[in-house]
Amino acid sequence: MKNILEVKDLKVSFHTYAGEVQAVRGVSFELRKGEVLAIVGESGCGKSVTSQTIMRLIPSPPSIIKAGSIIFDETIDLVQLSLKEMESIRGSEIGMIFQDPMTSLNPTMTIGKQITEGLVKHQGLTQEKAQKQAIELLLLVGISRPETRIKQYPHEFSGGMRQRVMIAISLACRPKLLIADEPTTALDVTIQAQIIDLLKDLQDKIGSSIIIITHNLGVVADIAQRVAVMYAGKIVEQGTVDDIFYSAQHPYTWGLLHSILRLDDEEKSELVPIEGMPPDLLDPPLGCAFAARCPHALNICLKEDPQTQIIQDEHSMACWLMDKRVKVKIC
Amino acid sequence: MSETILEVNNLKKYFGVTNGVLKAVDNVSLSIQRGETFGLVGESGCGKSTLGRTIMRLYSATDGEVLFNGENVHQLKGGRLKQFNREMQMVFQDPYASLNPRMTVGDIIAEGIDIHRLYSGVKRRERVAELLHTVGLPEEHASRFPHEFSGGQRQRIGIARALAIKPQFIVADEPVSALDVSVQAQVINLFKRLQKENGLTYLFISHDLAMVKHIADRCGVMYLGALMEVAKASELYRKPLHPYTVALLSAIPIPDPEVERKRERVILEGDVPSPINPPPGCRFFARCPKAMPECQVNAPRLIAVETEHYVACHLYK
Repeated sequence: MKNILEVKDLKVSFHTYAGEVQAVRGVSFELRKGEVLAIVGESGCGKSVTSQTIMRLIPSPPSIIKAGSIIFDETIDLVQLSLKEMESIRGSEIGMIFQDPMTSLNPTMTIGKQITEGLVKHQGLTQEKAQKQAIELLLLVGISRPETRIKQYPHEFSGGMRQRVMIAISLACRPKLLIADEPTTALDVTIQAQIIDLLKDLQDKIGSSIIIITHNLGVVADIAQRVAVMYAGKIVEQGTVDDIFYSAQHPYTWGLLHSILRLDDEEKSELVPIEGMPPDLLDPPLGCAFAARCPHALNICLKEDPQTQIIQDEHSMACWLMDKRVKVKIC
Repeated sequence: MSETILEVNNLKKYFGVTNGVLKAVDNVSLSIQRGETFGLVGESGCGKSTLGRTIMRLYSATDGEVLFNGENVHQLKGGRLKQFNREMQMVFQDPYASLNPRMTVGDIIAEGIDIHRLYSGVKRRERVAELLHTVGLPEEHASRFPHEFSGGQRQRIGIARALAIKPQFIVADEPVSALDVSVQAQVINLFKRLQKENGLTYLFISHDLAMVKHIADRCGVMYLGALMEVAKASELYRKPLHPYTVALLSAIPIPDPEVERKRERVILEGDVPSPINPPPGCRFFARCPKAMPECQVNAPRLIAVETEHYVACHLYK
């Protein structure tokens, strides 16, 4: 299988008045063709910064890519591209769906115009041809009466419908990679189910490779093949969905899995929260970032950051509990 | 023996809008027992928050009545009204917008104490410290301002404010939806502990069904301003009767890949229709997979199908 995307040791910081915020502190992962990778984590863990850096959407300053590479389609390093060169990739080779369908569409343009914009720019289609494609795209994402709908403005659409329009826009140029940043967070559950279904369907039909960023583990179980768990700017554990849900090894992943409620639980079990708060990335701790909240922390965890180790096949994680010298086994 | 603390009878709350009448709450009846948690679930725009606010008299009712300890809330005046305001408090959804950024945490928490002239001076300071301690914050935080706190800590402050004047009843409107999952669990456990310690009654409003199932004893499902089903929380999840409840439960992904691979979904077509000038008949008619001709004409009434299991649907008669 070919990798459509390879991110290696990516580090992104923001310069603020208070100092340097290290939002992403060395992230590495791969995405294969036709695969859905979910990046999960809580607010502020750097998952959105990672995805927006792949799209080169964060203005510099204040952000700087301090290290690392993002190899797209085996040849192009997105980090090295000029903004001009990036423009020809953004929207045509890589598409993006944003979290908030209420604010990510332009309220002063008809949705037809917004869908055709990329087609005209990247593929040099005439307005007429682009319009025809826009109608097909709207049908593909399940919007009825597309001929009338393309003449309407975003305010005439509901939240779920706007998210469908966003997906149509991001798919317009048949991108090789689709990044969906919390695509269903702003939507109601019945609409969320529709959108997830649509994404799964599109993956089957067009074979798109998708990175989905979310904090909803139910959505992850539903759509993803592989999962990367992020905490404080790093990936702490990575593996197939089954690795993460059934044989998680990192204490943070355990914490996440224990603190969520399941609708199919028979009895009311006590919720086990992760006590405390994530560290301040203005001044990240010396050792493991999770050590302060980790019930299994060792002395070494406070002093030295653990390296990422492979557990089995695709399953890897960064935790001192994996070290051979640790005698106690907790599982 | 359970005792009814709150009774809502045929409550209506309409808003006049430019092109008609928005029926946010339309003919809702329910009762809540002392010491229980009643969960109210539904999608955005279904009127669950409006119902909570009308019960608290933050909105005046268009029609119907709210009886709190046997007294009609919407007819209270003077001292009785002030007393009612002490007995029912609210915790809001957005911990970033519901705390005054110019007031110290101590003053925010003590605002109710000041209004009702319960304590002053040293006593007031002691009470604030005690409240901070109850919600798991150090008492030194009383002199800080809201911007110095994280979302979870702010929600704790909001809870301390609600508890300050020792209410019997708390309306919690989506109190954890703005928080991260690991923090949600902390705040939910706090709600449960406080209920046990103070014998509180909760009306817990949320769109997160797993959350409501976890915290509520009984549960009501709302759709477009009307109650569709009311049952014990465990019963509602084990045996949902209303087609809307079935679809709603089925839409929620379970965080378990094995279960997800096997599951068949009932996916609802379309969106929630507008509550402005709703058509006669069942509110759910347009999206219902089991709709019958009768549903378009007559609105079903909420009736008891089994003991303590109420449903508003023509399928059950």
